[in-house]
Order: sequence, then C-alpha cells, then structure tokens
Amino acid sequence: MDFIKLRDIVKVYGSGESAFMALKGVNVDIEAGEFVALMGPSGSGKSTMANILGCLDVATSGKYYFNGVDVFSLSRNETALLRRHYIGFIFQGFNLLPRTTALENVELPLLYRGVPRKTRRAKSLEALDMVGLKGWADHTSAQLSGGQQQRVAIARAIASNPLFLLADEPTGNLDTKRSVEIMEILTALNRDMGITILMVTHEPDMAKYAGREIHFLDGNLAGAQ
Amino acid sequence: MILNAFMLAFRQIRRNLLRAVLTMLGIIIGVGSVIVMISLGNGTTQMVKDQISSLGSNIIMVLPSRSFDPGGGSRSRRFTQREADAIKDRVHSLKAVSPLSSKSVVAKFAQYNTQTQATGITSDYFIVGGWEMAQGREFTDSEYRAGSNVCIIGESVSKALFKGASPLGAKIKVADMICDSVGVLKSKGQGGMGNDQDDVILFPLKTFQRGISPTKSLNNINMIMVSVEDGADSKDAGSQITNILRDMRNIKSGDRDTFEIMDTKEIQETVSSTTRMLTVFLGCIAGVSLLVGGIGIMNIMLVSVTERTKEIGTRLAVGALEKEVLLQFLIESITISSLGGLIGIFLSFFISMGMAKLMSVPFVYDVSIAVIAFIFSAFIGVFFGYLPAKRASQLNPIDALRHE
Ligand SMILES: Nc1ncnc2c1ncn2[C@@H]1O[C@H](COP(=O)(O)OP(=O)(O)O)[C@@H](O)[C@H]1O
Ligand SMILES: [Mg+2]
Repeated sequence: MDFIKLRDIVKVYGSGESAFMALKGVNVDIEAGEFVALMGPSGSGKSTMANILGCLDVATSGKYYFNGVDVFSLSRNETALLRRHYIGFIFQGFNLLPRTTALENVELPLLYRGVPRKTRRAKSLEALDMVGLKGWADHTSAQLSGGQQQRVAIARAIASNPLFLLADEPTGNLDTKRSVEIMEILTALNRDMGITILMVTHEPDMAKYAGREIHFLDGNLAGAQ
Repeated sequence: MILNAFMLAFRQIRRNLLRAVLTMLGIIIGVGSVIVMISLGNGTTQMVKDQISSLGSNIIMVLPSRSFDPGGGSRSRRFTQREADAIKDRVHSLKAVSPLSSKSVVAKFAQYNTQTQATGITSDYFIVGGWEMAQGREFTDSEYRAGSNVCIIGESVSKALFKGASPLGAKIKVADMICDSVGVLKSKGQGGMGNDQDDVILFPLKTFQRGISPTKSLNNINMIMVSVEDGADSKDAGSQITNILRDMRNIKSGDRDTFEIMDTKEIQETVSSTTRMLTVFLGCIAGVSLLVGGIGIMNIMLVSVTERTKEIGTRLAVGALEKEVLLQFLIESITISSLGGLIGIFLSFFISMGMAKLMSVPFVYDVSIAVIAFIFSAFIGVFFGYLPAKRASQLNPIDALRHE
C-alpha cells in the first residue's frame, strides 16, 4: 500500500468571480522512505500542494490517504493529532516564534506531545546538534542568521521523529553553501532515519539530492493535461 | 494539558513582558482611578454629613425675613422677648427655645486682641447648640436676669487672647464693656459651612442688649433657635411657630411672612443631595478613565493580533489542538488582567488614604466599587486577549500563518 496517495485533488482559492483553481485534479503517490523533489515554476501550485500534504490546509475536492487514513474525513482535532505525531513541516519563511530561544522553538512540538521535560530537552538538543547548532540553543531568532533560523526550523520538524517531512523551499532564502548544508541534513534524515521527505524547490541543483522529481505546471503534474 | 497550558502562558507573558506590562497598566489606571475617585467622593460626603450633624439635629431657626417688599421697604423685623416666650409657652413639642443676638466685635486682653462673634444668649442656648464647658461654668440664673458683666469664650478666642494661660477670672474688654470670663466652651471645630464654630464670645442676652449692641427697640433679638423634642415632627413645630408669629404680628392671610423658618433637616437633605451629585460626578470621571484604560488594553491587544495569529498558526502547525491554544491564551489574559487589577486595588487603597489625609476628609474605602472596577477591567483584558485567539485558532493553520 502506498504511504501517500492523492486522488483528483482540486484546490480553489476564493469564490465567484475571483475564484482561482490552484490545483486541477492532481494524482500523486509516494512510497514510504522516498525523498521526492517537487519542482515547477513559480505559481504552479507547489506550496498549495505541500500545505495540503502537510495537513495545514484542506483541498476543495479529491481524496488524500495518509498511510491508509482518509485525511479529509478527519475532524480538526484528529488532523491536529496527525500533524503532532506524524508530520514535520519546514516553511520557507521559517515561522519561528519571536523572542523565543532556539531550544524552546524546537521543544514546541514535543511539548504538545506531552514529552516529559528532561526527554524533551535532550531530544531538542540532539536535534539542534544534528543540524549543526550545538551551542546556539539559548539564542533567540533575532540573534540567528537566516541559515541558522532555517536549521532551527528543521530541528523543530525532526525533533519529534515524524514519518513524513515536508519542506517548502527550505533553501529559498539561503546562499549556495548553506543550501548544500541543508540538503545534506535532509539526505541524512532520509537515509539514516527512513523519514519520507517531500521537498518543494525550483532549483535543479537542490532537486538532484532527491531520489525522484515531480514536475508541476499550472496546477497539475507536467504532462497530465 | 492544563499544566502545559499554564507553562506556555507564563512563558508567553515573560517573552512579551512589555505587552503584558502595558496591558496591566491600562487595568491599573482604570481600576485605580475609579476607586480613588469614588472613595474621595464618599469621604467628602461623609465629612459634610459629619459637619452638618454637628449642628445638631431637629433644630429650627427662626430668622427675620430676607425678602423685600416690591415697594422697596424692608419687611424684615427682628423678634421681641414676648415672641420668644410665646413660642416657648405655646409649642409643646419643643425641648429648648434659644433667642439670641450676635454682632461682630473686637475682644481685648492685655496686649492681645481678636475679631470675633459676640452672641447674647439664654441658658437654652447650651441645649440647642449642644455646647459643653471645657473649663469654668455656665452663667447663673441671676447673671442672666441681672445682665451681669460676665462672658464665656470659645476655644479659638481663648487661644488668641490667652496663649495657653487660663482665661478664668480674666477681665476681657469687648466694645466699651469689661467682663469677667467665667468659662471656656468645649471645642466643636469646623462648622458645616467651613466656619470656625469656636470663634465666639458669649454673654447673657441682657448684657449683650445693654452693653454690646444697645437699642431702644423691643425687637432686639436677631434669631430664635428652637430644638424640637426627639421624635417630634419638626415641620409641624415649624408651622405652629409660623402661626404664633403671624398672629402676634397681625399679618393678614395672603400677606407674606416677615420672618423665615429654616429646618436643619431640610438643610441636611439639600447638602447631602449636593454631595451625592459630587460622588456621581466623580464616578462619571472615574468611569471615563476606566473606559480609557479599557480602550488602551484593547489597542494593545489588537495591535498584537497579527503577531499572535501567526504564533497560533505556528502552534497549530506543529500539532496544537484548538482548545490547548485557547486555554493558554485564556490563562495568559486572566493572569495579566487579575494581576493588573490587584495591583490597581492595592495602589488605590494607599493613594486614596494619602489623598484623604491631604484633603482632610475621612478615608472611606468602598469595597464593592473596587470589585466592580476590577471585574470590568479584567473582563476587558480577558475579552480582548481571548477573542483574537479564539478567531485565529479556528483558522486552517496555513491561513493563520499567512495572516497579515
Ligand atoms: N491564499 C491564497 N489565495 C488566493 N490565491 C492563492 C493563495 N495562495 C496561492 N494562491 C495562488 O495559487 C497559485 C499557486 O500558488 P502557490 O501554490 O503558492 O505556487 P508556488 O508555490 O508553486 O509558487 C498562485 O497563482 C497563487 O497566486
Ligand atoms: Mg511556493
């Protein structure tokens, strides 16, 4: 059975005159343990797709099966629990809490999981270590560079050992050297921990780290029309 | 989950200390000003009431009329001893009838002199005015009858003329008369109109009429003060007095009185309705500051909505439940609001106490007002802290994160 199964996913933004169809009946399957790069020009619907896969947004129509579970039939709370226990999300804009230390940011998902204090701390420090931020735990976002903030965001996404990690242009705001570092981290997570990864990018250089590329064009897989 | 929410709330307060402090400030100002204003208003009311009740209750003052004829002649007429006696004989609900005359004089002793109020009295004056002696004695019956050269002085006069030495037996010069001082009145302090009630020098009425303010007229009494028996109706006594005087003065029905009757009860009612208005007025000002405080709180909360909405988006994205986010925000708002409210109540207690002392009014702390002000501000704080959170937590995480 496929780990991720998308069937005829349609996403319409707005309504009436201003309605815009961002996804036009997408069908995608992803196997457990895959590292997939989602490519395509700007505005082709990549982020929309990633948000739906990450259970941050719902499709207008279609079906989404996550490990066999019909995601769109779940309640809000059940969807939240799905995110809490199985999904990690790395945003292009980081979305760290302001005036909050790196450690506390990484601890956040563990807190909601009810992980006890000591374990929480240890796991968070370990995750920070893994992304090369040993010694930066007590710095707030304002005291960190863009690359460091993105790495905090990655640490936050992986600290809870998700099954499925989504990254929406994780290197979009970083220079080449930092980007390569992030790619190496993601590759290692996929290889060593078996985390299934879907990474959105429009840079071919980054996409080549993935095992498979999916190309989007105008709200659907390229060539699907 | 509750413990977690508490921890998250306190972390959040610590991180946004400025916002928390500003919110609390709004609540502190709101709660504080209401409490201070109301307690000062209540204190003033209390003070005025105290002073009026020091006048004595159930007292009727009979005064010459202050109104004038359209023709220009004064209708005012002072009273005769016969009129005072008639009132005493014929109105049965009276405890005491005190005819008196007053005049501003200069009293001298040794090198000192003081401007004061000379008043000629009868023995009933002590009953009506509620006066007691601090030193010495009242006048004797024979002194009243003979109009002897004796006087009793108030505390202020005693201080001005004797500077702490005993005034008993001293010879005080008033107008062209020298009198023996036989006693000192017990101090009454400030009167209802802010006057010094102890700035007086008393004489037997006959002495006053002969030596201080000599006149050939039989209408030589300025005023008659009457004390009504406890429980008797002062209105009823007043109308009896009116009838007696109209009868004795041959005033035809339809013609106006040539005297006036004032009832301290009426004065009390007038004054306390005025001070009640003062309290209401202060209350309104306080209400406005409560509102301003509330708007301040609202602004701070609303300004941070974007940031808070994004924060909520982040929390939802990492798997927080709607109710967990709400509980955290609720705890945060309640903590900030009640802390602000308690500080406001605490501060206002001492500020009102200090200001009451400064304005020399009694300190009256109204607990129910404190509670109302507290609940109101806390409600605003909680409402505007909680409402945006409620709205944000119902969004899809991605919409909360995108909020601009
Ligand atoms: N919240 C939204 N409301 C309206 N239109 C949106 C919204 N988000 C995205 N879109 C539109 O949907 C299309 C796809 O957007 P997006 O998925 O962000 O593309 P990509 O990530 O590939 O650049 C774009 O044309 C964009 O303008
Ligand atoms: Mg995008």
